[in-house]
Amino acid sequence: MDDIYREQILEHARYPHNYGTLEGATCSHEEHNPLCGDRVRIDLLIADGVIADVRFSGRGCAISQASASLLTDAVKGMPVEAAKAYSKDDLLELIGIPLRTNPTRLKCALLPLKALKVGLYGVGYSHEDEDDDL
Amino acid sequence: MAAPLTQFDVLAIRREFPILQQEVNGKPVAFLDSAASSQKPRAVIDCLEDYYRRYNANVHRGVYKFSEEATFAYERARGKVARFLGAASPRELVFTRNATEAVNLVAHSWGSANLRPGDHILLTLMEHHSNIVPWQMLAARTGAVLDYLSLDGEGRLVLEELDSKLNERTRLVAVTHQSNVLGTINPVQYLAERAHAVDAKLLVDGAQSVPHMPVNVRDLGCDFLVFSGHKMCGPTGIGGLWARRELLEAMPPFLGGGSMIKVVELDHSTYADVPARFEAGTPAIAEAIALGEAVDFLNTVGLEPIRQHERELLGYALERLGELAELTIYGPHDCEQRGAVISFTLQGVHPHDVAAVLDSDGVAVRAGHHCTQPLHRHLAVPATTRASFYIYNTPEEVDRLVAGLAKARKLFA
Ligand SMILES: Cc1ncc(COP(=O)(O)O)c(C=O)c1O
Repeated sequence: MDDIYREQILEHARYPHNYGTLEGATCSHEEHNPLCGDRVRIDLLIADGVIADVRFSGRGCAISQASASLLTDAVKGMPVEAAKAYSKDDLLELIGIPLRTNPTRLKCALLPLKALKVGLYGVGYSHEDEDDDL
Repeated sequence: MAAPLTQFDVLAIRREFPILQQEVNGKPVAFLDSAASSQKPRAVIDCLEDYYRRYNANVHRGVYKFSEEATFAYERARGKVARFLGAASPRELVFTRNATEAVNLVAHSWGSANLRPGDHILLTLMEHHSNIVPWQMLAARTGAVLDYLSLDGEGRLVLEELDSKLNERTRLVAVTHQSNVLGTINPVQYLAERAHAVDAKLLVDGAQSVPHMPVNVRDLGCDFLVFSGHKMCGPTGIGGLWARRELLEAMPPFLGGGSMIKVVELDHSTYADVPARFEAGTPAIAEAIALGEAVDFLNTVGLEPIRQHERELLGYALERLGELAELTIYGPHDCEQRGAVISFTLQGVHPHDVAAVLDSDGVAVRAGHHCTQPLHRHLAVPATTRASFYIYNTPEEVDRLVAGLAKARKLFA
């Protein structure tokens, strides 16, 4: 546990970056985790093929909130093509805590990424990172 | 099994559960998630192994020794479980995979044969998804309508609503005996009287009551009762449906296949007598026999002493948890009205994080909606953390739960 709740995670969970919604978002998408009722919505403002601004909203555990906070920081200003290629491994590296052997918490951590990807690719996109290693 | 446990000696009982001898994260495990699935005593584990080592064979199919022995043990287990529930005959007991499958059996078989467009099914807001979704599917097939009894501020059924929601259109009332979230014990006997007064049937979800208190289907006066073996010290993959004999005999088959037939022609078949009519295919033989062993174990300890032990733990836990100002506990305040299941939220800490902090101290609890989304919507929380107690839990484990919650609160404050 002390491995999971590192100070960075607790900080991001307490004071998440980019929390809120975007007026006039180019795309926004919400994902749910039916297991625990958590939800994360990601709003994107895309201009000239670049993510000009991003916000997330919803509710969830410290892991999913911190993950959304870190992810939105990472993709702000990123070209859409790069964001589309942003992988599970990229995000897990950013989060920096051992989650691979904990399938339930892994789902929490990846929920924001799923919201981002489905938002970018459009509904129907099957999220390749979702069920790996589970 | 080992020496009979004549009086309630929780330490002796713990020794019967091999898994509890382990440590988690360097600490002895405090298993507080028996409402999801209980642990298994040595006798049950040994019974499974004994079957596979000594007399593994299909049932009702061979004339050789193994098969006869397996058939005898399987049917003897049916008798044990039927007696345990106070059934009039073993024929009233159908083995299923679990409570969920038993509800689906009733919905498909009895439901499809008896429900017409405009008929009503009365449920409650505290039901587990397994006592909601099969009825929704039945309603979609038949044109029946679902109603729900609501809950008061302590998570008890608002019985006054029966006057309007239970009427001549009601064909079935399906209600949990004990809530897996609130712990609320529902007045099943009263509901049976009320349902029968309008000629409706009563199905009782006994998944959370059968393991924890004496349950006698004839005293309850219900028409159907479903339960799961894995929550009552038995293996996974086995559970059951008890139904009144005359109801069961009038019901059409659920799944078709081997074992459930009398004569198979090319274009039709005739069906076996109950309960075989509802047990198509090779059943969970080892699991059924081991469920019989679990029933023996529970009988040896005694269901009344188990309930008493859990009531004491519950009282102590509610008192200790009440010391935590930031904690909201759901369900009735009175221990007589509830079982030893406590769901709560800790202000400012997500239920998942609460459970993860507790896990780091070797305290196993569950976080989430516990398969009761309508109930959580009613409580206006997305999720709760749940601690549930059983035969092997101790007051020290309650103390560890309380200490872990204080720690979680500090970590996230
Ligand atoms: C009240 C209640 N009903 C039904 C069930 C379903 O049990 P199973 O999943 O074993 O079918 C459960 C178990 O989670 C329960 O708590």
